[in-house]
Amino acid sequence: MSRDVRLLTTPFDPATEIAAFGAAHRGFGGLCSFIGAVRLDGDVEALELLHYEAMTLPGMEALADEALARFGVAGLLIIHRAGIMHPGDPIVLVAAAGRHRREAIEAVDFAMDHLKSDSWFWKRELRGVHWTWIEPRAQDHSDLSRWG
Amino acid sequence: MAVRLVFLGKLADLAGVGEREVSAPLDWAGLLAALPGPLGEAARQDRTRIAVNGALLADKTTLQAGEGDEVALLPPVSGG
Repeated sequence: MSRDVRLLTTPFDPATEIAAFGAAHRGFGGLCSFIGAVRLDGDVEALELLHYEAMTLPGMEALADEALARFGVAGLLIIHRAGIMHPGDPIVLVAAAGRHRREAIEAVDFAMDHLKSDSWFWKRELRGVHWTWIEPRAQDHSDLSRWG
Repeated sequence: MAVRLVFLGKLADLAGVGEREVSAPLDWAGLLAALPGPLGEAARQDRTRIAVNGALLADKTTLQAGEGDEVALLPPVSGG
């Protein structure tokens, strides 16, 4: 089982990471990946994700362990950005490799739902000269409740 | 001295700083006394969680922090 969890404050290239993850997991039947990027949304110029050193990365590592154990995948990759990003910039990449498709897809889905609403990140948006904190969405919590 | 208070997300805006030191030892009543106005109100809200040295408190009113501890005030998260 392999676990690769990173919290980055500088840009990353999802395609390069997925290629490396795939190469490291050759021979498994299923590889699923999800990329989340900053949405082009009206006059939003930038987005900032803040984290807390003492908890954010340890929480992501615990989440990865839980996903590995729960879905029995062979490898899990989680890369999450912190800092200031602009529309189109990748924020998060989750990839899972396993013997079959369903476990890989579900491990990614599970990790994403928990990264969205159960991980120690705080988000704000820049419109014009004003930063606005983003409140959690009800949808994120109902997504989380799917996993019991 | 001292317990380090860390304000996350919008609580840092309310506090005007990301971190502050207060006298040890620090319990829940002492924390509220150290946080005037909107910051204290935010700390009382159910959705605001508290962690000591990176460990989340199940019940924040049981807070007991001593010399060198780091107490984080965590508003609701919005990630991804």
